Amino acid sequence: MSAGGPGAGLGAGPGIELSIETGGLTKRFGQQLAVDGVDLAVPKGAVFGFLGPNGSGKTTTIRLLLGLATATGGSMRVLGEEMPRKLADVLPRVGALVEGPAFYPFLSGAANLRRMDAADPFGSAATRHARVQSALERVGLTHAADKLVRAYSLGMKQRLGIANALLAPRELLVLDEPTNGLDPQGTREVRSLVRSLAAGGATVFVSSHLLAEVEQICTHAAIMSAGRLVAQGTLAELRGAGHARIRVLTPDPGTAAQVLTGLGLTATLSADGRTSAGAASGAAVSGADAALFASLPAARPVGAARDAGSDLAVEPEAVVAALVAAGVRVRGFATEQASLEDRFVALTGEGFDVVQ
Amino acid sequence: MLCALAAIPVLIAVAVRVSSAVPPGRGPAFLDRIAQNGLFVGVTAMVVSVPLFLPLTVGVVAGDTIAGEAGQGTLRYLLVGPAGRIRLLIVKYAGTAVFVVVAPLVVALTGAGIGAALFPVGPVTLLSGDTIDPGEAVVRLLLIAAYLAVSLLGLSAIGLFVSTLTDVPVGAMAATVVLSVVAQVLDALPQLEWLHPWLFSHYWLDFGDLLRQPVSWDSFVGNALLQGGYIAAFGALAYGRFITKDVLS
Repeated sequence: MSAGGPGAGLGAGPGIELSIETGGLTKRFGQQLAVDGVDLAVPKGAVFGFLGPNGSGKTTTIRLLLGLATATGGSMRVLGEEMPRKLADVLPRVGALVEGPAFYPFLSGAANLRRMDAADPFGSAATRHARVQSALERVGLTHAADKLVRAYSLGMKQRLGIANALLAPRELLVLDEPTNGLDPQGTREVRSLVRSLAAGGATVFVSSHLLAEVEQICTHAAIMSAGRLVAQGTLAELRGAGHARIRVLTPDPGTAAQVLTGLGLTATLSADGRTSAGAASGAAVSGADAALFASLPAARPVGAARDAGSDLAVEPEAVVAALVAAGVRVRGFATEQASLEDRFVALTGEGFDVVQ
Repeated sequence: MLCALAAIPVLIAVAVRVSSAVPPGRGPAFLDRIAQNGLFVGVTAMVVSVPLFLPLTVGVVAGDTIAGEAGQGTLRYLLVGPAGRIRLLIVKYAGTAVFVVVAPLVVALTGAGIGAALFPVGPVTLLSGDTIDPGEAVVRLLLIAAYLAVSLLGLSAIGLFVSTLTDVPVGAMAATVVLSVVAQVLDALPQLEWLHPWLFSHYWLDFGDLLRQPVSWDSFVGNALLQGGYIAAFGALAYGRFITKDVLS
């Protein structure tokens, strides 16, 4: 498929070079669809956050991309090459940390890296020592290079895993939960490492469920849920696609709700879930402020070109004017942009249940 | 494991040395000859190790090849490396083959060494009645070790295949060892005589031909052909399994 195909979605228009591109990627384990028709489009040079709850198919997708598992259906292109046919050509250009680090506990950190490097037929033995040293230095493990991995802490193993991905200059880095087990310093270091890699021109594909982290380092993101890709695009697009909402702070929630309903908005009272109509008298008697929420209906970023003639377009300032005109005592008014977390929860559902 | 293998001839030699003379015809083959000629410790140790101990160590090494990496999680990093699946299989089998060559050698040489230290060494009388000098006898000892190495190559191919089936190394090791025991049990049942020439363990103890003058190579060649067949068959199975395997560990 082309870059402008159905998978390109929000983030990448035609003509943008893609580092990872999948079309209808599917993986079935017995009866269960672990990955179900995923159309990923990761632009070259992006820091791409791959989000999703536990068990949503993130790691399986990564395994498919790296040729560890065979797809049941669909197509893949990584770094412009068709996969898995060109696997041997592509993998040396890809550094990966898949589902946590794994090392030989009876070897030292440096010895582990040397052994892993020997697995790469393009890893020249002459430069091996220097490359291992510089990879260890980048993750701050130089002092522990000769320690047995058995004696490493979880965070040190995680760093070693990242060092393993950096043994050679890479065009694409696939990092599955890179900050798992790291202390705050380590997390910061990984963030700056990811930024420096991206600054060097590499594409970084980070799988994570830490939304705050993704918001901090990523330029693009995709959200998986139950094996499906439910959203993808630049971070701004993802946030903007969520409904912006308004918050009205007023002692007259009943009247306010009527006004909002008149504007075609659905008002909800925040405090304890009472309906706006039922809350009217009680709130008025007490004189306390009630917070009313209403979603702005247009599913477009605030300030985007308005669809002429659409009666759904309600500007926040028009809401305030209408409220004031109706005699509502407006004590606070705000428009709130949906956060990535709101968007994430809206798309993947609440609660602890793993979607099957 | 090589140390454990080396312990066998030491054990035998020490046991014979401290005990009184062994009555002829009892115990493992050649045991009664040790007191007269130390070189027989090597032969006896190999005879003793063939049915279980050597297959056990080979099963551990071969069963660990792929399953061990999978169990540890390093298999995915080797493949992403990218080591290449065929290359990885070949390297792993080569590693097992090296062990298979070294293991009987350790038994033979440790045996000859400890035997020479504890007992007199002299000319050796062969099965054909000829007598050869000790230097020539050591060569024969090495020949037997080579024969055993060839014998165990088939089992290591089986172990490699079993190892591609699971992510649990202990399971692969146990399955390989069990298969070697089962083959020997089948080999002992006269009712299954038609099957015997096809069992990978059938020629394991037929190295007596190497103790004749002149050396009869028939059993060596027949054994090598059979083992080659096992390597081809189980190598192909391992390839077929591993090349399409989803690495999920």
